[in-house]
Amino acid sequence: MSNHTASEFRAGVVATLPAAVAVVPFGLLLGTRAVEQGLTVPEVALMSATVFAGSAQFVVIDIWTEPAPWLVLALTTLLVNIRHVLMSASIAGKLGAFAPASQPFAMFFLADEIWALAEQRSVRAPLTPAFYAGLATHLYLNWVFWTVTGALAGKAIADPHALGFDFAFTAIFIGLLTGFWRGTPTAWVLAASSAAAVAVKLTVPGVWYIMAGGLAGVVTAALIYRPARPCSEGAAP
Amino acid sequence: MFDPATVLAIAAMAVVTWATRVAGLWLVRVFTIEGRNAAALDAVPAAILMSVIAPMVFMTGPAETLAAGVTLFAAFRLPLMAAVALGVGAVVLLRAAIF
Repeated sequence: MSNHTASEFRAGVVATLPAAVAVVPFGLLLGTRAVEQGLTVPEVALMSATVFAGSAQFVVIDIWTEPAPWLVLALTTLLVNIRHVLMSASIAGKLGAFAPASQPFAMFFLADEIWALAEQRSVRAPLTPAFYAGLATHLYLNWVFWTVTGALAGKAIADPHALGFDFAFTAIFIGLLTGFWRGTPTAWVLAASSAAAVAVKLTVPGVWYIMAGGLAGVVTAALIYRPARPCSEGAAP
Repeated sequence: MFDPATVLAIAAMAVVTWATRVAGLWLVRVFTIEGRNAAALDAVPAAILMSVIAPMVFMTGPAETLAAGVTLFAAFRLPLMAAVALGVGAVVLLRAAIF
């Protein structure tokens, strides 16, 4: 591993520190809930290691019954994760340094926090496979470790809400959001996304509000788009 | 130790999740991404992040909305870790104060 690769990997690990701390109570809670719903510890490990999608796992564990209704659970997973289609489309153009054959494997790790941190990195510097591997390795091992620990510990786990941990991911995403600020067009995108997400959250059960808000922001960006003059391509100051 | 129905469900969840995460790679190959489409795609990070946090920021209560403001203010000036710590600290204090 070259020096540069090692330092990129390390930078990726460091970037995930806030998320790695915030994930602890949620991993513990998910593992605990899963065991209460009838899963065994190895099954919890298998799920976290192969699905690796926090919000989908929470929703699925919530509606879990034994024997597992696989079709319902798979469709629910699809609904919760449909936002990843937009997210992977957005990151696709930033994978230039990744070997084409490695890209589908890299996308296995595209959980929300990893995606957001990778996007934020690509605003400042080209996204390297080593940096992405740093993000993915750290959060993946964390997630599997803490969900399994929760499953082993059973009950008597701290409530994430008690210490404000439920707000931690909101705070992380607010922090990352500031990195995507491009002036007035961004203000319109954020306003449209907020309005649509709140309206849909109020009227439609489930997680459709994420897709609705995402699409509203994307459509708004397309509508207010003005073709740039030659030589002024790229991010505006 | 491993229930067959559970393993099948987990496998289906894993395949579906991975499919959503590679679908975008395929999508940008099928559609031309320039001009207006590129502007739309560039807006995805901000739009998705805003949508994910909107219920917590706008629909939970004054403590969460104020703490989001504190986090935003801090995030423009401090490293992410510090801004997150301040935001979480603010929400704990504000929840206690506003009950």
